Amino acid sequence: MSQDQTTPRSVGAVAARRLRFAEPIRLRSGATIDEYELVYETYGRLNAARSNAVLVCHALNASHHVAGYYADDPQNVGWWDNMIGPGKPLDTERFFVVGVNNLGGCFGSTGPSSPNPQTGKPYGASFPVVTVEDWVNVQARLADRLGIRCWAAAMGGSLGAMQALQWAISYPDRIRHALVIAAAPKLSAQNIAFNEIARQAITTDPDFHGGNYYHHGAVPKRGLRVARMIGHVTYLSDDAMMEKFGRSLRSGKLGFHFDVDFEIESYLRYQADKFSSYFDANTYLLITRALDYFDPAHDHGGNLTAALSPVAAAFLVVSFTSDWRFPPERSREIVKALLEHRIDVSYAEIDAPHGHDAFLLDDPRYHALVRAYYENVARDVGAERSPAAPSAIEEGESVPMTAGGSFAA
Amino acid sequence: MTLSGRPDLDAIAAWVKPGAAVLDLGCGDGLLLKVLNATKRVRGYGVEIADDNVLACVKNGVNVIQSNLERGLQGFDAGSFDYVILSQTLQAMRHTEAIVVEMLRVGRQAIVTFPNFGHWQARWQVALGGRMPVSGTLPYQWYDTPNVHLCTIRDFEQFCAAHSIHILERLVLHEGRPVSFIPNLRGSLAVFRFEKAAH
Repeated sequence: MSQDQTTPRSVGAVAARRLRFAEPIRLRSGATIDEYELVYETYGRLNAARSNAVLVCHALNASHHVAGYYADDPQNVGWWDNMIGPGKPLDTERFFVVGVNNLGGCFGSTGPSSPNPQTGKPYGASFPVVTVEDWVNVQARLADRLGIRCWAAAMGGSLGAMQALQWAISYPDRIRHALVIAAAPKLSAQNIAFNEIARQAITTDPDFHGGNYYHHGAVPKRGLRVARMIGHVTYLSDDAMMEKFGRSLRSGKLGFHFDVDFEIESYLRYQADKFSSYFDANTYLLITRALDYFDPAHDHGGNLTAALSPVAAAFLVVSFTSDWRFPPERSREIVKALLEHRIDVSYAEIDAPHGHDAFLLDDPRYHALVRAYYENVARDVGAERSPAAPSAIEEGESVPMTAGGSFAA
Repeated sequence: MTLSGRPDLDAIAAWVKPGAAVLDLGCGDGLLLKVLNATKRVRGYGVEIADDNVLACVKNGVNVIQSNLERGLQGFDAGSFDYVILSQTLQAMRHTEAIVVEMLRVGRQAIVTFPNFGHWQARWQVALGGRMPVSGTLPYQWYDTPNVHLCTIRDFEQFCAAHSIHILERLVLHEGRPVSFIPNLRGSLAVFRFEKAAH
């Protein structure tokens, strides 16, 4: 362990920035978006060699607000704050960390709720389907604008991990390391089934209006609530739920009604209410679709090894034993394909009880491993420790905004 | 960089050809692979089950795959490594026969090291002391030993003969020095390199 390690602390007050991209981007679907904006945050300092930048990719319902808090909203702490900051596993005194709200998102980047420049009205249902490949292409344009030729690492959990993996495939010369956590190389039929239930909940909500609810001053909250409940259940393990809630009753006895009896019902409703108050239903549809479509092996006759042929980055792959959404076997598929190319890869299976959401929790074995891996990354890219100002990049217009989202699976 | 205190690892490091693909089963903190990376520029991967060893490997800059050897090597393709190494772990495996078969499926060659139960001190302690042997290479008491499949050099050679395994090289050591005269009696540590016998 290095002697000069800082006591872990928050990266402090942070600010989101916005960049406008005027060059059209052609999407995997064939559709084109002529211009778009991305909202992002950065922490730490980009070194002179521009070699210490780390991209942190978000999953289903998180945002660019990865670490720190907003001065005007100190309760709004970044979704991976336990991982990223001075002295934390991803140490912002060494690395320049970038979080970005993906295209199609609802935290400031261009998405279905943004005005379509051609009509002046929200895109709504006309916003094209975006894929993980599209997001990575868009992130590459952000990297260009920030002057980042090659990422020291791209990192994510779940859908975020899929983006890190896609980076290694799409831009092998622009990424040195990929940290792929709680991932799968593609969704199973069961995974897609859960997504479809969530989408059905949203699209059959009478307030959905075919995706153009903005024009009707409506929000398909009922659908979003159910979608969130389904998602949330899949992020937790049976054991973790039993441990946390058991069969506890709110009032201590059965009510013989269909309102809240059990604590777990109360918890789900609370999570659903919170989520439906800030998340955009169309974005939920888009992101679940991006998950469904992710399958790098698809264009290679289902052969993942062939799909990973371009990969040059080194990998850390981590899974969690109780994750039944993306269980360890799914991560081992990725590891096996990397091994076949003799790619540098380490794989850890963390025996954690929390299910898929374990990637967001600060299990000491998990964090020690990520910390040790970043020590190697730092050596590889020559990332020296420098107590940093929050951000040295002045590109982009700063946006006074807050981003919601606590859970990020 | 040295492997002080582990003469069997020195022997392995001497045998492995530069640039080879190496899989080290039960790799511990990854020291052997670290040395092989530095001295032979191998493409090396370790396999470990213990969390603290996995972390130690990452700290040593060594590739490590967390996996339970008792479940075989299904995450590795046939013939995908030049060498598959199992150092001082064979005797602690429950599925001893299965792992040797797996090693020769995944590796073109296999290397194992194990404490020789035929060493005279072990024989002496059982025969005359009437007690289970305890020594430098067998440091455990009968009740806390992880070793469930101890064998002698002769046992292992018979095992190879019965399983169509061709022994390529054998080194027997005691206190770090090679033993060539009646090795099954005078050697406490055995190192074997072997492959599938041609049919």
